[in-house]
Amino acid sequence: MPDAQPEPHAAPTLPKAPTGIDGFDAITQGGLPVGRPSLICGAAGCGKTLFATTFLVNGATRYGEPGVFVSFEERAEDLVANVASLGYDLDRLVADGKLAIDHVRVERSEIEETGEYDLEGLFIRLGYAVDSIGAKRVVLDTIETLFSGFTDPLLLRSELRRLFGWIKDRGLTAIITGERGEGQLTRQGLEEYVSDCVVLLDNRVADQITTRRLRVVKYRGSAHGTNEYPFLIDHAGISVLPVTSAELDYAVSDGVIASGIAGLDAMLGPGGFYRGSSILVSGESGTGKSMLAASFADAACRRGERCMAFVFEESGAQIVRNARSIGLGLQGHVEAGLLRFEAARPSLFGLEMHLARMHRDLDAFRPDVVVVDPVSALRGSTSELQATLLRMIDLLKARGITAVFTSLRTEGAVDPGDDLGVSSLMDAWIKLLNVEANGERSRTLYVIKARGMSHSHQVREFLMSGEGIRLVDAYIGPAGVLTGTARLAQEAQERAAMLRRRQDAERRSRDAVRRRQAIERQIAELREGLEAVADEERLLHDEDSLREAVLEEDRREMQARRVTAQGSASGAASGTAPGAPRGAAKRAAE
Amino acid sequence: MSASGPVVLRLFIAGPGARSQRTVESVRRICETHLPGRHELEIVDIYQQPALAERDGVLAAPILLRVAPLPVRRIAGDLQDEGRVLRALDLAPAEEA
Repeated sequence: MPDAQPEPHAAPTLPKAPTGIDGFDAITQGGLPVGRPSLICGAAGCGKTLFATTFLVNGATRYGEPGVFVSFEERAEDLVANVASLGYDLDRLVADGKLAIDHVRVERSEIEETGEYDLEGLFIRLGYAVDSIGAKRVVLDTIETLFSGFTDPLLLRSELRRLFGWIKDRGLTAIITGERGEGQLTRQGLEEYVSDCVVLLDNRVADQITTRRLRVVKYRGSAHGTNEYPFLIDHAGISVLPVTSAELDYAVSDGVIASGIAGLDAMLGPGGFYRGSSILVSGESGTGKSMLAASFADAACRRGERCMAFVFEESGAQIVRNARSIGLGLQGHVEAGLLRFEAARPSLFGLEMHLARMHRDLDAFRPDVVVVDPVSALRGSTSELQATLLRMIDLLKARGITAVFTSLRTEGAVDPGDDLGVSSLMDAWIKLLNVEANGERSRTLYVIKARGMSHSHQVREFLMSGEGIRLVDAYIGPAGVLTGTARLAQEAQERAAMLRRRQDAERRSRDAVRRRQAIERQIAELREGLEAVADEERLLHDEDSLREAVLEEDRREMQARRVTAQGSASGAASGTAPGAPRGAAKRAAE
Repeated sequence: MSASGPVVLRLFIAGPGARSQRTVESVRRICETHLPGRHELEIVDIYQQPALAERDGVLAAPILLRVAPLPVRRIAGDLQDEGRVLRALDLAPAEEA
């Protein structure tokens, strides 16, 4: 950025009086020069009086420096009433002796002039007021009014020069306000006299949106931010946004925080996002961006962290109601003071005002997690938008805040870099996509990138129900990625096929058992047969042995008989076959 | 001028300097010449009585206020030009009165 950033430690030789205005003291490295007059100039209605009043009120309440407000335009009562809306109780400060308000009425043509005179009356009144409360700060608002009351400009100029000299002599830190003039900073060229510090306030309208800007034109003896800085005036007073600190030197955290969606955390290597990272959630309408962000917020609050949601399209109450439908009790977090919604229409302010408001809210609430929903609602030229987002991210990173930005992608925008050109600034990018197939839509989620961690590259189906957000692995098969009913159908088919296979297997195993049992039965039968044969064999063997025994007996009987019959039948003993007739005879004898 | 009451004048000066002296003398002379016996003149040194200066909204010094009759008129300067002072005070010169 071509920004002459002041050196952070450029030896503050010049003593400074803090204004207590957020951001301004940062730009000027401490505030306005002590003991000198500073000029605050700008057109009508740009906040000069308020700036000056804030300087005095903060001086009196925070820095123990009483102040005098010399009003040339508004009456004291009007001034008190005008700033009461900011929470400034001037009457009490006056009663406490911390503030003096002097209304110096100057009316045109009321004063005739004849002969020489000076403004000693003004000096005396100022000195009187300063001495009465021991003031250290003075505001002259708007001193140029004197030029309408007195006709001698030469005299006025010399008196003003004398006045500023007097302020320096008294060591008063003063704000002189001046109306913006043609071709110069103030109508009467006051910048010639008040040359130590000149601040220009501006109120520009572009596309019917007003943006207040502040610029330190000159600061003698001190470095200062030279850019135009947006500033904000609302119920919380003035805050200036020192937006140009685009230094990439924030502390990084290794801490990991859960997103509140278990399935999403599981897709990320460390089991969540790094603390302090910026997460972009992009997708078309109805893809569940806001609910994803709501889950994130819910998870943060459950951890006891503070979460702030800047919402541009819905009210906080509506988001709370919608989140209830997915089982998130955000209302409890709101009541516990952990969750705060800051809802505003994008067209309410310009980009810089949104940024300034965000800056102030962040410093007031000090959240751990911020949701911006949706960042794409902010409108403006591309370059301006990108610069704003860059600063927004810087703002959050510098504070170590984890941020979730949702971004609407419009239908048909095919350009992958269409996400406001911020995707490269983001640490993580989750893309939600509606898949239309088979007459239905289903939500899917990809993690496009997550710096510094491994992450799943696969698509998940994104389901929202009363139990919250759940991620389901989408079916990835030969037919491609299937989600929704197609996934369910595919899963049913797979289940059926598995059942069939299991039944087949069971049947086959039953068959095998049967076959084995049959064989075993056959074996048993054969074994029985074998035993029968063995029995028979034994029986035959027994019969044979019996017959042998009988034959033996017969033989022995025969022998015995032959011995006894030898004497009587000697010739018979020389016969050729003595056995056979004997056996036959034996059998016949039995 | 139809004198329905005294002309009340209040002169603010800043300190006892030469200009203050000159102015006081000039105003006294004008009053005695043109408003004999029907004027009240109060002289205030704003250094001595800054609260009075504040009350009357005095910035320039010296300055002469015509407090009565109303409306209040203011003339800043050392008031050396008698004619202009009278015109500014809306008083007719004594010769014509």
